[in-house]
Amino acid sequence: MSTTVDDMSRRIGAMSSAELAGGRESRVTVGDVTCANPRMVCRDVDVFYGSTQAIKGVSLDIGKNEVVSMIGPSGCGKSTFLRCLNRMNDTIDGCRVTGSIKLDGQDIYDKGLDPVPLRAQVGMVFQKPNPFPKSIYENVAYGPRIHGLTNSKAELDEVIEGSLQKAGLWNEVKDRLDKPGTGLSGGQQQRLCIARTIAVSPEVILMDEPCSALDPIATAIIEELIDELRANYSIAIVTHSMQQAARVSQRTAYFHLGDLIEVGETNQIFTNPKHRLTEDYITGRFG
Amino acid sequence: MSNSQAAGAPPKRTIDVVNASLKRRYARERRFRLVGLAAVILGLTFVGLLFADIIAKGHTAFVQTYIQLPVTFEAQTLDPAGTRDPETLAGANYQAVIRDALRSEFPQVTERRATRALASMISVGAPSHLRDMVLANPDLIGTTREVWLLADDDIDMLMKGHIDRNLPESERRVKDQTVAWVEQLESRGRIEKRFNTIFFTTGTSREPELAGIAGALMGSFYTLVLTLLISFPIGVGAALYLEEFAPKNRWTDLIEVNINNLAAVPSIVFGLLGLAVFISIFGVPRSTPLVAALVLSLMTLPTIIIASRAALKSVPPSIREAALGVGASPLQTQMHHVLPLAMPGMLTGTIIGMAQALGETAPLLMIGMIAFIVDIPSGFTSPTTVLPVQIFLWADSPERAFVERTSAAIMVLLAFLILMNLGAVLLRRRFERRW
Amino acid sequence: MQTSTLLIIVLGLMSLAYYVGRKRAIVSAGGAGRISTLHSLPTYYGLYAALWAGIPAILLMALWTAFQDEILVTLVKAELPGSMLEGLTPGAVGLLVNDIKNLASGAIVSRVATPEMQAAADRFSLFSQIAVWAMWLGVLAFAVGGMAFAWARTKPQMRARNRVESIFMVILVVFSSIAILTTLGIVLSVLFESLRFFQEISPLDFFFGTLWSPQTALRADQVGATGAFGAVPLFTGTLMVSTIAMLVAVPIGLMSAIYLSEYAPRRVRSWAKPTLEVLAGVPTVVYGFFAALTVAPFIRELGMSMGLDVASESALAAGLVMGVMIIPFVSSLSEDVINAVPQAMRDGSYALGATQSETIRRVIIPAALPGIVGGVLLAVSRAIGETMIVVMAAGLAANLTANPLDSVTTVTVQIVTLLTGDQEFDSAKTMAAFALGLTLFAVTLVLNVIALQIVRKYREQYE
Repeated sequence: MSTTVDDMSRRIGAMSSAELAGGRESRVTVGDVTCANPRMVCRDVDVFYGSTQAIKGVSLDIGKNEVVSMIGPSGCGKSTFLRCLNRMNDTIDGCRVTGSIKLDGQDIYDKGLDPVPLRAQVGMVFQKPNPFPKSIYENVAYGPRIHGLTNSKAELDEVIEGSLQKAGLWNEVKDRLDKPGTGLSGGQQQRLCIARTIAVSPEVILMDEPCSALDPIATAIIEELIDELRANYSIAIVTHSMQQAARVSQRTAYFHLGDLIEVGETNQIFTNPKHRLTEDYITGRFG
Repeated sequence: MSNSQAAGAPPKRTIDVVNASLKRRYARERRFRLVGLAAVILGLTFVGLLFADIIAKGHTAFVQTYIQLPVTFEAQTLDPAGTRDPETLAGANYQAVIRDALRSEFPQVTERRATRALASMISVGAPSHLRDMVLANPDLIGTTREVWLLADDDIDMLMKGHIDRNLPESERRVKDQTVAWVEQLESRGRIEKRFNTIFFTTGTSREPELAGIAGALMGSFYTLVLTLLISFPIGVGAALYLEEFAPKNRWTDLIEVNINNLAAVPSIVFGLLGLAVFISIFGVPRSTPLVAALVLSLMTLPTIIIASRAALKSVPPSIREAALGVGASPLQTQMHHVLPLAMPGMLTGTIIGMAQALGETAPLLMIGMIAFIVDIPSGFTSPTTVLPVQIFLWADSPERAFVERTSAAIMVLLAFLILMNLGAVLLRRRFERRW
Repeated sequence: MQTSTLLIIVLGLMSLAYYVGRKRAIVSAGGAGRISTLHSLPTYYGLYAALWAGIPAILLMALWTAFQDEILVTLVKAELPGSMLEGLTPGAVGLLVNDIKNLASGAIVSRVATPEMQAAADRFSLFSQIAVWAMWLGVLAFAVGGMAFAWARTKPQMRARNRVESIFMVILVVFSSIAILTTLGIVLSVLFESLRFFQEISPLDFFFGTLWSPQTALRADQVGATGAFGAVPLFTGTLMVSTIAMLVAVPIGLMSAIYLSEYAPRRVRSWAKPTLEVLAGVPTVVYGFFAALTVAPFIRELGMSMGLDVASESALAAGLVMGVMIIPFVSSLSEDVINAVPQAMRDGSYALGATQSETIRRVIIPAALPGIVGGVLLAVSRAIGETMIVVMAAGLAANLTANPLDSVTTVTVQIVTLLTGDQEFDSAKTMAAFALGLTLFAVTLVLNVIALQIVRKYREQYE
C-alpha cells in the first residue's frame, strides 16, 4: 500500500509545471512528500471530527535533523495534522484518524500501540505557553519523573540543567528554580515548555504555532533555539508566519482546506511555488 | 547529545526506560480509576440504601388494619329517651356498643382482664367513628350492622409482621391470648388491611393509628405559599437592582459579599433570628405559617437572588441595547425585554429555593413549630406544624407504629421534593436558550 | 376585623386608584384621541395613583401591627397598681402581662385572676378594640388621601413615568438591602442576648470550661441552683462529628468528581451525576431519621459483634450520615474547579507522555487545589452548622471524649435543646443558646469568607 502511494507521489513530483497548468486547481499534492532520511512517514491520512473531514489524504515525511514547517490559512488543518503525529487528537471526542503514520517504521495508530510511550518519543509544544502551576524546577522535572528516567536527585538535576540550557533559559532562571513557572514572561514560559519537552529526550518535537503568543524579541530567541535543536531532533512546526517558516525550516508544506497542496524545499516554495493556491497564499492574495 | 547518552557508555534510549516502567504505571492507572469508580458506586449505594430503607420501613403505612364486628346500635344505650336529639347522640357511650359487639364476637371471653385486653384491640378512635355514623344517619339506631372498625396500633403491627409472633411471650408487646384472637378473626375473614385514608386526612395524634399528615401538609402548604409571595418579588427585585442598576461601589460590594455569605450561614442561625426579632420584638405569633414563612424567606432569598442574577447575566447585552436604542427607559427595557427572557432561569432558582424551604426543619424548631397541634390549620396565622417537623416529632415517638408513619411521611415529603426538582429541570430544559 | 381583610381592601383601593388615575389622565389630555399630549402613557398615571394609594397605607399598617402590642402593654402596665409589680423580676412581669392578655382573649390563665388583673384585662381588650378601629380608620384615610393627592397632581405635563420609575427604583434598593438587614439582624440578635449571657457567666468559663450542664433552677431554693456553662465538650463534640463527616465526604466526593468528570463515559455520567445530587436534595430531617433508626443500631450491633461498646447515639453514626449528606456538596464543588483547569494543562501533560491518572494527580489536582480547599472549607462550615442529623442521632450528653463510639453533643444540638424546652425567654439557659449561636455564626462566617475568597481568587486565575 505505502509503496503505491510513494510511487504516486513521486510521479506527481516528477510532473512538469506545464502538465499541471491544465489542472491548477488539482488537490493532488505537488512536490516530493518524501525525504532522504525519514523519521516519521505519513501516508493517506484522513481525519474526521464526527462526520466532517478535517484532513483529506495527506502524505508527508519528516526527516532526521530537519525542520519541516506547515503553513496555510486558518482552518486548513495543519494543526490537526500535527496533533495526529503524537495522537494528541485522542483527547478530542469524536475524532477519527485513518491512513498510516509510522514512527521509525512502527505504525503509531496500530491497535496495540500505546500513546504514552509514543508521546515520550514525540513531544509537543503548544501555541499558548502552558507551564504547569508548579515551580520551574518541577515543570522540567515532570517528564523525567513520570517516566522514571533518572535514578537519583543528582541525575535529575543534571537533566534539568541540561534541558534548560538547551532551551536557552538556564542563565535567566538558575537562581529561581523554585519560583512558579507561571511567573515567567511569555517568551520565557514558552522556552520553559520547550525545556520541559526536551527533558524527556524525545526524538521528534512538534510545535504548534509556538511563537504566535509572543513578541518579536521572544520570537527571535525561540527561532534561534529551533535552529539549534535541529542538531538533535526532528522538528515539525506549524506557523502562521511565512517569514518564520522561511527562516527556520528546510522543507515547507502548504495546506489548504484539509488538503496538502504542495511540499518542497523551503526556498523553492517561497521563490517558485508550483501550485496556484500556494502562489496566491505566499503572495498574500488570501490567507 | 542527550544527557542520558552522555552519562553512560551504552546509549540509554528514553523509549526503553519508558517501556520498562510502563506496566507498573498502568497498574497504578487502573488502581486510581478503580478507586474513582468505587467512590461513585459507594455514593450511588448510599442513595439506594437511603431510599430502600425508607420505602421498606414506610410502605406498610399506606394500609391499615381494620376489624369487622357486628355492631348493634342499641337504642337503650344510645338514645334511651328516643328523642334522636343530636346532643344526646353525640354524648352517648359508644365504647359500650363496641364492648357489646366484641362480646358477641368472642362469647367465650368473660374474665375481666381478658375483656379489657379484648377491648384494647380496637382503636380508641373507633367510638368517635361510630358516633359520626350515627349522627349522619340516626336511623341506624336499633339495627345491627357489620362495621369495619379501626384496630389498635399493636394489632396493626402484628398484622404487618413488625411484631414477631414466634418470640417468647414476655418479649412481645402483644400477648399470646390476643394473638389467638387475631388468628380467630383471620380465619373468619374479619380482620384485613385496607387503604389508609386516615393518614392523609387527619392531623397528628398520640395514637399512631389515628395520626395523619393532613395538618402538617396544610401547614407546609400555607408556609410555602407565603414564603413564595415574600421571597420571589424581593429576590427578583434585588437581583434586578444588583445586576442591572447598581453602581459598582463599596455598598454594593458589601451587599454582594453578604448575599454569598448568607447562602452559607447555618439554617439554625436563621431560627435564632426569627425567635429574637420576629417573635420577641415584633410579636409575630409563634407556631404560625406567618413566622415560619418570614424565616424561610430570609433563608431562601440568597438562593433566589444568586440564581436570578445568573439568569440576568445570561441575557445578552445586545437585547438591552436594542430596547434602549428605540427609546425605552432603563426600567422599561428590563420589564419588557430582559425580565421575560430571564424569567425561566429565575423560576428555576425559585423552585429550588422553595424545595429547600419545604425540607427545612432546624430553624422552625426555634420558632415554635414543634408544638403538638392536632387541628388542621385554616390560615396564615393559625398554629400549625410543617411536614419535616412532623417527621422529626414522630421520629422521636417511642411507639413502633410511628416508625412506619414517619417513613411514609418522609416518602410523601420526598415525592413533593422530587416533583419540584423535576419541575425545575423541565423548566430549564424547555426554556434553555443558547445565545 | 382581620388585618388581612384590611390588606385586601387596600389592594382593592389600589386597583381603583389605578383605574381612576388612568381615566383622569386621559380626560385631562382631552380624550382618548389626544393621549399624545400626555408626558407619559396613561398607564403610568394609573400606576402613580395606585402607588400613592397603597404604599403609605401599607407602611402605616405594618408599623401599627408591629408596635401596637408593645404600646398597649406599656399603657396597661402603667395603670396597674404599683403593689402588683413590686418586687417582681422582669420575667415575672412578663408572665403577669401574658396572663392579662390571656384573660382578655378568654384563653386559659395560669393563675386565679384577681380583680386588679380582671380590670387590667378589661382595659387591655378595650384598648385593643380602640387600636384596631383607629388602625382601620388611619389606614383607609391614608389610602384615600394618597389617591386624592395623586388625583390632584395628575396633569398632562406631569412626568408620571419618571416618578413611577423612581419609586420602583427605591423599592428595588430596599429589596437589595434586605440581605444586609438580615445579617445585621442576625448579628444584633445573637450579640445582644450573648452580651447579657456573658454578664452572668464569664466568657472565660464559657469558652474554656469543660463542664456543660445548663440545668438552672426554676425556683431560687432548688438544689443545684446554678448550671455549668463550659462549652468545651460541645466544641469537641462538634469537631468530632464534623471530622468524621469530612473523612467520609472529602475522599468519596473528590474521587467521584474526578471519576465522573475525567473517566466516566458520557452515558454513565448523565445519570450518575444527577443521582448523586439527589443526596443534596434530601432534607436533613430524613438523614436524621436514617441515622437514628438505621445506621446507629447497625453500628451498635456491628460493634457488639466485635466486642466493642458502642453508645446507641454514637458520634460515628451521626458523622457517617452527615458525611453522606455532604458528598454531593464536595463533589459538585470539586467538579466545578476541576473543569475550570484549562485544557492546555492537560494537553501539556499528555504531550509529555503522562497517563491520565498521572495528569490528574500531578497536574490537575495541584492546579485545582485552592479551589478544592475552598470547597472543603465550605463543606466544613456546613457540617458544623448542620442541626437535624445531630439532634436526632447524636446525644445530649456533653461528654469530653475522643472516642467516636461514645455519645457526644454538639453546639447545634444544645441550641435546639435549650430553646425548645419550656422556659422563660430571659433565663440563662436561653441566653446560653444565643451565645452558642453567636459562636457558631462567627466560626462559620470566618470559614465562609475565607472559602469564598479562595474560590473567587482561584476562578479569576483561570478566567
